[in-house]
Amino acid sequence: MKVILGGLIKSGTSRENHTGSWRNYRPVYKQKTCIDCNICITVCPDSCVVRISEKKFDFDPDYCKGCGMCAEECPVNDIEMILEEK
Amino acid sequence: MARTFTEGSKAVAEVIRVCRPNVVSAYPITPQTHIVEELSAMVANGRLKAESVNVESEFSAASVVLGASATGARTYTATTSQGMLLMTEVLFNISGMRLPVVLTCANRAVSAPINIWNDQQDSISVRDAGWIQLYAEDIQEAADLHLQAFRIAEHPDVLLPVMVCMDGFVLTHSYEPVDLVSQEEADEFLPPYRPEYYLTPKDPLTYGAMLGPEAYMESRYQLDKALRDSSRMIVEVAGEFKKKIGRYQGALIDTYKTEDAEVILVAMGSVLSTIKEAVDKLRDEGGQKVGVLKVRSFRPFPKEEVYSALEGASDVLVMDRAFSPGSGGVLTTEVKATFCGRKSTANIKGHIIGLGGRDMTVESILNVINDRAVVSGQDKVVDLNESLLGGQKL
Repeated sequence: MKVILGGLIKSGTSRENHTGSWRNYRPVYKQKTCIDCNICITVCPDSCVVRISEKKFDFDPDYCKGCGMCAEECPVNDIEMILEEK
Repeated sequence: MARTFTEGSKAVAEVIRVCRPNVVSAYPITPQTHIVEELSAMVANGRLKAESVNVESEFSAASVVLGASATGARTYTATTSQGMLLMTEVLFNISGMRLPVVLTCANRAVSAPINIWNDQQDSISVRDAGWIQLYAEDIQEAADLHLQAFRIAEHPDVLLPVMVCMDGFVLTHSYEPVDLVSQEEADEFLPPYRPEYYLTPKDPLTYGAMLGPEAYMESRYQLDKALRDSSRMIVEVAGEFKKKIGRYQGALIDTYKTEDAEVILVAMGSVLSTIKEAVDKLRDEGGQKVGVLKVRSFRPFPKEEVYSALEGASDVLVMDRAFSPGSGGVLTTEVKATFCGRKSTANIKGHIIGLGGRDMTVESILNVINDRAVVSGQDKVVDLNESLLGGQKL
């Protein structure tokens, strides 16, 4: 990422900024009680939840900030937030 | 070009008019009022085709010119004293976003106690806001500086806001014969502003976004470098102004009778003309070798030029119209720093003078020169009235 004079940011550059480095907690998609409602995809502010196949979802670690909105909104508690540890 | 007998504020307004700003926004405050009053009248009667935005505070005025400048408009505002302090947050944003706004500071003291008269505490207090600061000695220079300011600010290698500082009342409210630049001359000197980046729906941009620890320092480095490098453009524009318009009152600095001077006085703004009068008196009557260094550009601070002008003197007497309480004169500190690690052994002495409109007479200056051997650890506060201090020992 090159800094433009004045710290300006061009549009369409979200892919260049890997916001996943901000994450303290990460979602775990348990895939047990999933009802395929797609709410996790809808509420993700970084559009980083992906549907892999029927009732199977996962997130893109490059962009997930760990905000926990998907877990909070999941109507069947199929997503859990766990502490990011290496 | 037309010579006219006019008020400093009106001369500035006339020059701003021929600079063809697209947006003017300011909040009236003494002693800046006449400038923006005149500009509003010009917009109202059609002499100036610009948008004049009425606002409820200086914070808003600065925000309006910030936003307008980001769309690629040429913008102008003016303020002073408390207004400058209220603008402060936005001033940092304007320079950080590299927007070439031009602002007139009608230099005035700051509260408390409230005081509407002239010193330079307002612009000195926003020294670190990342703006180019140029100080005018007289009305002619104040007027000319604005045309130069837009040229400097908008140059692609600079892209920085410029603050033109002119002493309140002394320059804003007095009348002098002034040569006003014509529209044709201004158009030839100042091309339209065409920035590479500006806000447009066709190619969206984000201004003022967050930069984290991974890139903030680089952005600040760029700002500092641009400010230091802008000295080249200040010199170039002053030279071109001399060539095309025929007037020159210095670039980063100017000198007056310093070639053989043993004592050199250093100052910014209108007090320089009083100092020059005192210097002439000493040279004419006593043959004393005294000279004057005028600092025209305070930011960027021309370290090399200042040192070169002063290194041969035995005494350097700095006049500060503002100070940093708990430390001393701000210009004094800057001048002293240029001598650090250099060969010259000049005795540098700081003086706080003319705060809140206190008269600075030729006699005050002569006393400063005569008392130059009296040195203390502190910058000397000139012309203190001891009787007002209830017997406090000075």
